[in-house]
Amino acid sequence: MLPNPNDLLPAMASALTQHLNQRQISEPRFIGIRTGGVWVAQALLQALGRDDALGVLDVSFYRDDFTQNGLHPQVQPSELPFEIEGQHLVLIDDVLMSGRTIRAALNELFDYGRPASVTLVSLLDLNARELPIRPDVVGATLSLATNERVKLSGPTPLTLELQTLAN
Amino acid sequence: MTPLAAKRPLQLNDQGQLRHFLSLDGLPRELLTEILDTADSFLEVGARAVKKVPLLRGKTVCNVFFENSTRTRTTFELAAQRLSADVISLNVSTSSTSKGETLFDTLRNLEAMAADIFVVRHADSGAAHFIAEHVCPNLAIINGGDGRHAHPTQGMLDMLTIRRHKGDFENLSVAIVGDILHSRVARSNMLALKTLGCPDIRVIAPKTLLPIGLEQSYGVRVFSDANEGLKDVDVVIMLRLQRERMQGGLLPSEGEFYRLFGLTEQRLKLAKPDALVMHPGPINRGVEIESAVADGPQSVILNQVTYGIAIRMAVLSMAMSGQNAQRQLNAEEAN
Amino acid sequence: MRTAILGARVIDPASGLDQVTDLYIDGGKLVASGHAPSGFVADQTLDAQGLIAAPGLVDLSVALREPGYSRKGSIATETLAAAAGGVTSLCCPPFTKPVLDTSAVAELILDRAREAGHTKVFPIGALSKGLAGEQLAELVALRDAGCVAFGNGLDNFRSSRTLRRALEYAATFDLQVIFHSQDADLAEGGLAHEGPTASFLGLAGIPETAETVALARDLLLVEQSGVRAHFSQITSARGAELIANAQARGLPVTADVALYQLILTDEALIDFSSLYHVQPPLRSRADRDGLREAVKAGVISAIASHHQPHERDAKLAPFAATEPGISSVQLLLPLALSLVQDGLLDLPTLLARLSSGPAAALRLPAGSLRVGSAADIVLFDAEASTVAGEQWYSKGSNCPFLGHCLPGAVRYTLVDGHISYQG
Repeated sequence: MLPNPNDLLPAMASALTQHLNQRQISEPRFIGIRTGGVWVAQALLQALGRDDALGVLDVSFYRDDFTQNGLHPQVQPSELPFEIEGQHLVLIDDVLMSGRTIRAALNELFDYGRPASVTLVSLLDLNARELPIRPDVVGATLSLATNERVKLSGPTPLTLELQTLAN
Repeated sequence: MTPLAAKRPLQLNDQGQLRHFLSLDGLPRELLTEILDTADSFLEVGARAVKKVPLLRGKTVCNVFFENSTRTRTTFELAAQRLSADVISLNVSTSSTSKGETLFDTLRNLEAMAADIFVVRHADSGAAHFIAEHVCPNLAIINGGDGRHAHPTQGMLDMLTIRRHKGDFENLSVAIVGDILHSRVARSNMLALKTLGCPDIRVIAPKTLLPIGLEQSYGVRVFSDANEGLKDVDVVIMLRLQRERMQGGLLPSEGEFYRLFGLTEQRLKLAKPDALVMHPGPINRGVEIESAVADGPQSVILNQVTYGIAIRMAVLSMAMSGQNAQRQLNAEEAN
Repeated sequence: MRTAILGARVIDPASGLDQVTDLYIDGGKLVASGHAPSGFVADQTLDAQGLIAAPGLVDLSVALREPGYSRKGSIATETLAAAAGGVTSLCCPPFTKPVLDTSAVAELILDRAREAGHTKVFPIGALSKGLAGEQLAELVALRDAGCVAFGNGLDNFRSSRTLRRALEYAATFDLQVIFHSQDADLAEGGLAHEGPTASFLGLAGIPETAETVALARDLLLVEQSGVRAHFSQITSARGAELIANAQARGLPVTADVALYQLILTDEALIDFSSLYHVQPPLRSRADRDGLREAVKAGVISAIASHHQPHERDAKLAPFAATEPGISSVQLLLPLALSLVQDGLLDLPTLLARLSSGPAAALRLPAGSLRVGSAADIVLFDAEASTVAGEQWYSKGSNCPFLGHCLPGAVRYTLVDGHISYQG
C-alpha cells in the first residue's frame, strides 16, 4: 500500500522547519536531485510557503556505477543559481534506497565548494541502505520485496507507483 | 560468391553505443545529438571552480601522436584530466617507431602497460580504423586525425559551435572554404552536417583543391567562385592553407588565393549579417582570412577551442562507457 | 609412364574440341584421344566421369618471390599453390632480389622450378638493368638462359627516348616486351583509384589518365619500333578501349587483365582493408564492366592471377604503409569459374582466356590439348565447390577471398603427364 505523496508533504514541511530552527539555520539553500527530487522539492517549497530559488543537481557524472552501467544517455547540466561555499544546504530526493545517489550528490556538491552543512530530505526511505546515509527528514518508510521498485511520477500530480521487476 | 561472416559496424557495440570514435561515417543522427548534448553538460563543468568530474578516475588515457600537434593533443590532455583520468602523451616521431618498431608493436606494448583509451593521430588515412580493427579492438580508440580521412572530434566541436550559436541545423546554410582535397576537417564537417540535417552545405575551392565526387558522396554543392558561394550563408568555415600547396603546382601563390577565396571583411558582407566565422586553427592571417575578420565580432574561433574540450570529454566518456558495456555483454554471454 | 583419363568432357579451346572422350598419355605427351593407341596399357587410369579436362592453365604473372623475398614466398610453395589452382605453366616477373637481369638468376629460378616439379616456369626478364629504366639489360643472354619476354613492371623508363631505344633493341632480336602502362608522375603518391571512394576515404588517387596516357604513348612507340608487345594488367575501361582501337588498326598487340580486377571494384576499400591494396589499383564499376566486355570480346585474350604473396606484417599497418598485392593463384580456376556463373562467359571461352589465349600471347609451348603436345592437363569438377583457404599452399595469406565458397574444384593437375596436384 503506497502512500499519496501529497499527504506526506505537510508533515515533512513542519519537520524540516523544526529541524532548521533547532540548528538556527536562517538561510537554507534548497537543492533537488534530478528528476524526482526536483519535483518533491518544488512541492515541498510550496508546502512551506516559500519561493526560494531551487538548485537542480544532475548526479550522472558522479555515479559509482559508470564501469558497469555506463554513461546515462539523458545527461543534462546541473544548475545551481547560488554559491555552495559556506552555505547551509537542504538536499532533497524522492526515494532513498542504497544511498549511493546521495553519496554522488555530496561528492558533486563538494566540487562546487565547501558547504557549512547539508540536511537530507527524502520523500521515501526504503530501508535498503548499503551506505551509512540517513535522511534528516523523511515522508514515509517502506519495506519492499527484492523484486519490487517504487517510482515517482510528477511534477503534478505527484504519484507513487509500484513496479515489479521481471526476472 | 558469399563471404561467410557479415560485418558488424566497427565503432558501435552490440547495443549501438559508441565504443570507438573513428569517423562520423555510419553514425546515426541520434548518436551525434547525444554527443552534442553530453558535451553541453561538460561545458557546465568547465565553468565551475572545480572543473573535474570523477568519471574516468583510475583509467589511463594514452595520447599517441604520430603526427605533430600541440593544440589537439593539449585539448585531449585537458579533457582526460577533467574526467580525472591519468594521462600519458607520446610523441612517437621521436621514440621507438623511428627505431623501426612497427605501429602494431608500439600500440600493443602500450596496451600491455594498461592503457584504457588511446587517442591516436597519424599521417595515414585509415590508421585509426586499422588500430581499432587489428591492433586493440578491446580498448576505446579515439581518432585524433588520420591523414586526409577524418577528424571526428573537430567535426563535432564545429557542430556544437553551430548549434550553440545558431540553434538547429534544419534551416542553415553552411559554407566550407579552402583546401578540401587535403582536409580531414572538411570531410568530417560535411558528414556531420549531412547527418544532422543541414539542407544547404556548400564547398568553395579551386578545382585543384577539390576531391572528385563530392556532390554524390556528401550531398554538397560545389562552387569555384567564393562570392557566389558565400551569398547569404549562415556559417563560414575557413580551412587552413598550407604552404606546400604552392610547391605542388596546386596554386600559383598565397596572394592569388587570398584575392579569390580569402575571407575579407568585404567578402564576409555577402553572407548573412550575423553569419558565424569559424576556423579549425591555427589560422594563417592574410592567407585565408583577414585579421580583422578573425578577431571580429562574428568570429567564434576561440569559442571553438573551449567547445573542443567539452566534446572530447563527451567522446572519451561515451567510448569508455560503450567498451565497458560490451565487456559486460561478453561476460554475460560467456556464462 | 602411361596414363589414361577416361570419360571427361574434354574442352580444348585451341582446336574447338568440346566433347566427352578419353585421353591417353605416354612419355609425358598426349598421344591419342578417343581411342587408345594399339598396344597401350595404362600404368595409371583416372576415372574422370563428370569432370572437365582442359589444357593446364597458363598464368602470365605469378610472383614466386625467389630469389630474395623468402618471407613472402618460395618457388616450391608458390608453384604448388599454382598447381592447386589448375596452373601447369606460369610466367614469373623479374621483381626478385637480385632483379632478374642476369642469366644466373634465370638459371637459379629454372633449376628450383624443375626441382619442385609442380609447374613449368617461364621467367620474364628485366628490360632494364636493375629495373631502373636507364640501361638495357642483356636481353639476348637472358633469352638464351630461358626468359620468354621482358618487362619493367610499373617502374617507368627515365625518358621516352630511352624506352624507344629499348623497344627497338628488343625488336631487333624479335624479343617480346611486356608493358605495365602507368605514368609514374600522374600516379605519384597514389594509393587507390582516383574517384569518389578515394575522395571519401582520404586516400591519394591514381587517375585513369595515369594508365591511358602511358598506354597511348606505349602503343605509338610499339607501332614505331615494331616490337612484339603484350600489355599486362589493364585496369580501366578506357585503357581496354585504347587496346581495342590499336588492334583494329592492325597492331598485333595482346593484353591481359588480373582476375581480381574483373571481380572487385574500388568500393571494396571502404573499410580501409589492406587486403584490397593493389597496384595498379582496383577501379570503378564502370571500369570493371568495360574490362569484362573486353575479355568477352577477346580484346583482352588472357586472364592472369597477378599473384603477389606477402608475409603478414606487410599488410598489418595503416593502408598507406602496407605493401600492395593479392595472393590468389591457388584460386585461379574456381574464382574464374564465377565469371561463368555470372553469365559473362561460357566455359570454353573462359578456358581459352586461361590457357590458349595467354599461351598465344607470349608464344609459349602450352595451352592446348592437341595430340603430340605435352600432357599439361587440368581435371576439375564444375559442379563441386571450393572453400578458399581450407588447404592453403602459398606463403602469403593476403587474399580477400579466403573463407569464400567458390564454384568448381580442381581434382587433378598434370604436368608432362605426371600428377603435380591432386585435390
